[in-house]
Amino acid sequence: MTPGASESTTATPVISLRGVRKVYGGTGSGTGGPKVALQDITFDVARGEFACVVGPSGAGKTTLLRTMAGLAQPTSGEALFEGTPLRSVPPAIGVVFQDYGRSLYPWLTVARNVELPLKVRGAPRAERAQRVAEVLASVGLADAGRGYPWQLSGGMQQRVAIARSLAYRPDLLLMDEPFASVDAQTRFELEDLILRVRQEFGVTVVFVTHDIDEAVYLADRVVAISKSPGVVTEIVDITLPRPRDQITTKADPAFARYREHLLGLVMHR
Amino acid sequence: MTGPARAELGSSLEHLVVGYVIAGLVGIGLGALLWSWRYLRDGTSPYIYFLYVLPAPVLVPAAMTLFGIGFTMKVVLIAFAALWPTLLNTLDGMRGVDQVKLDTSRVLGVSPLGRVFRVVLPAAAPQIVAGLRNSLQVAIILMVVSEWEASTDGIGYYLVNAQQSFDYVGMWSGIIVLAIIGTLANVLFVAVENRVLHWHYGARAVEGRNR
Repeated sequence: MTPGASESTTATPVISLRGVRKVYGGTGSGTGGPKVALQDITFDVARGEFACVVGPSGAGKTTLLRTMAGLAQPTSGEALFEGTPLRSVPPAIGVVFQDYGRSLYPWLTVARNVELPLKVRGAPRAERAQRVAEVLASVGLADAGRGYPWQLSGGMQQRVAIARSLAYRPDLLLMDEPFASVDAQTRFELEDLILRVRQEFGVTVVFVTHDIDEAVYLADRVVAISKSPGVVTEIVDITLPRPRDQITTKADPAFARYREHLLGLVMHR
Repeated sequence: MTGPARAELGSSLEHLVVGYVIAGLVGIGLGALLWSWRYLRDGTSPYIYFLYVLPAPVLVPAAMTLFGIGFTMKVVLIAFAALWPTLLNTLDGMRGVDQVKLDTSRVLGVSPLGRVFRVVLPAAAPQIVAGLRNSLQVAIILMVVSEWEASTDGIGYYLVNAQQSFDYVGMWSGIIVLAIIGTLANVLFVAVENRVLHWHYGARAVEGRNR
């Protein structure tokens, strides 16, 4: 279950959240009082794990993901990445944002988008070219490198974003509702793609979604958070067999039970 | 055109090119500086708008007392007047860069300086180019105006001189030459723009089709 696990760090969780609280607008003189986005979030994500965070919209899921990425600092509590408090974005974290149209750089070709993180890390040219080809092939875009992202369909653009975040082999991949703006068919393809590349690259994944079916289908563990105040209502272990399959896994009676249970948690709060 | 007239044109174009290049570089550089440094921006913005609304031709007498009537005066005047459209568009374009693009650059490990060159400048490029286009028009106007008074050469001097000596053919040919210069400058500008911003127009065309 932990393909990329390395020797000594196996015991340290990749992500560790300890009573994370995030309040917006506490000090400013803006309208309305301070808004509590996250009240008290505590959970760990182990190396190699696929964790999904589900919650209704407005439950602070994006805030939580930004905190895990080191893009936002908690108001109180602690967020640790591989045992170190997050002060900025560590080089071993990849993030896939929901809106590929805003996250990809339209002035760079597909290959140059994917190459950018390698370039700023000072990788030699030959290595960069090889990595780019490799990772584009992994997401099924071996021939798309010379084109521009905006020439591709939405699903393919999100594949480019996934390739870019895997190019530098991060330990942790954070995904913020990455498949929310593609059609259902494409969405299933991308779900299976992410399960495959996660295995191939041995990366730990934290996947934020509001779609419970998606969470159950993908995850080893689902963290359910509630809306205002944002707290963890329950952490559910998903023991459905792997590899998972869009038809047989979803037809499994256990899948329906997880789904029912989580839907209850998210809706009746 | 006769020999001397061609020489007049040469010196005018030299002023134009030097002044415009300075305006463009300073405009983008100062715009970027103001964008990255909030306190400087807040402190200087009333002065910037004050200078921006000032019609530049009224500065000709002041520029003459400060820099004489030679090359320096003309270049400074052109650069000063043409600076503002580029500066303000650069600042505006940079402030409008999508937060997701900036977050993405942090996640990918791009350094703060790298962020300016790899993300902010290209993302703001469409607006910066629009500013440069306005600056070009202003620069051409100032090229002529700066030669109207107390000048001894240049197309503007030639034009006024022809008019005052009732040389109407000379005057009109000067006007036509200026129209041709403006057209050529614009054609050149559009050619460069299409190269630099081809991604922008491509993406926009796709967006339009999907709507």
